[in-house]
Amino acid sequence: MSQVSATPATTVEIPSIPLAEIAPWALFVGLLAVLALFFVSAEQGAFSLLSGTAVHEWVHDGRHLLGFPCH
Amino acid sequence: MTVRALLVRGLLVGLVAGFATFLVAHQVGEPHVETAIALEEAGTHAPADDHTHDEATAGHSHDDGGAVVSRHDQRTWGLLTGSLAVGLALGGLVALVSAAAVGRLGRMTPGQSTATVALIGFVSYALVPFLKYPANPPAVGDGSTIGARTGDYFAFVLVSVVAAVLGTLLARRLWPQVGTYAAVLAGVGAYVVVVAVAGQVLPTVNEVGDFPADVLWYFRRASLITIATLWAAIGIGLTGLVGALHRRDTATTERRTLAASL
Ligand SMILES: [Zn+2]
Repeated sequence: MSQVSATPATTVEIPSIPLAEIAPWALFVGLLAVLALFFVSAEQGAFSLLSGTAVHEWVHDGRHLLGFPCH
Repeated sequence: MTVRALLVRGLLVGLVAGFATFLVAHQVGEPHVETAIALEEAGTHAPADDHTHDEATAGHSHDDGGAVVSRHDQRTWGLLTGSLAVGLALGGLVALVSAAAVGRLGRMTPGQSTATVALIGFVSYALVPFLKYPANPPAVGDGSTIGARTGDYFAFVLVSVVAAVLGTLLARRLWPQVGTYAAVLAGVGAYVVVVAVAGQVLPTVNEVGDFPADVLWYFRRASLITIATLWAAIGIGLTGLVGALHRRDTATTERRTLAASL
């Protein structure tokens, strides 16, 4: 599209963050996020790590309204 | 710009977004949840698969009487817990993907790439899966198929999100040769083809039975508004904070450059 080279002021490179720096955070936060999503979406529904129905009942309305299959 | 700075902002925005989501879900969604539960308890609605209903509802009570958690707690503290947990989780994830996207999506500024990540996230993680497996109110759904339905739902979410990532990488790779228009078209096109095929392959769920169509629509619309609130709050909030962070970084660099030149 723009073959015309822009002025130096507008071509200041935006420094990217090295992926190796992101990876450990991604692993840690990814695990916690999946765990949180799991408990809201599927625990004591499709899966039962804990016995009973307390978790399911507690997050029940969120599970329905956030679009997860509930029962 | 560091990962930590982005993550802190993402979690903060996620918390606020979770709270906003709770308010919207409570005001917009709960009336229809209550209607659905009232229908379920009145027994006016015969489920699609009658013989499994007892077994299905046996560990699952919406009833104040024998329930572990009262309806009041479910629609207030329980809903708040779920909203905050999902808000924090998605806020953190969007922040980390945005961290990876900074400076890597064409000539986009950090604010622009963050907004793009949130938009792609909303479409691929929430909107498109909703079109295939829409939310269902209480009283809709056969308890004996919950395992299969949950598996299909997450399989579709996974396919959609992976396809969106690959579509974005494709657009990014093509961009230098073919330009923005053709690159975005190719990326979006590839995504649409993949999710359309997955949507055909994965089973259709229809366990609505004779549940009233109007209540079903009101509930699904409310659910979509709730989900959209969550993503909009995360996208708008994080874009603003990342933009501010970038301006601060740029100002610092300019001051240093100026100082060095003196
Ligand atoms: Zn339910």
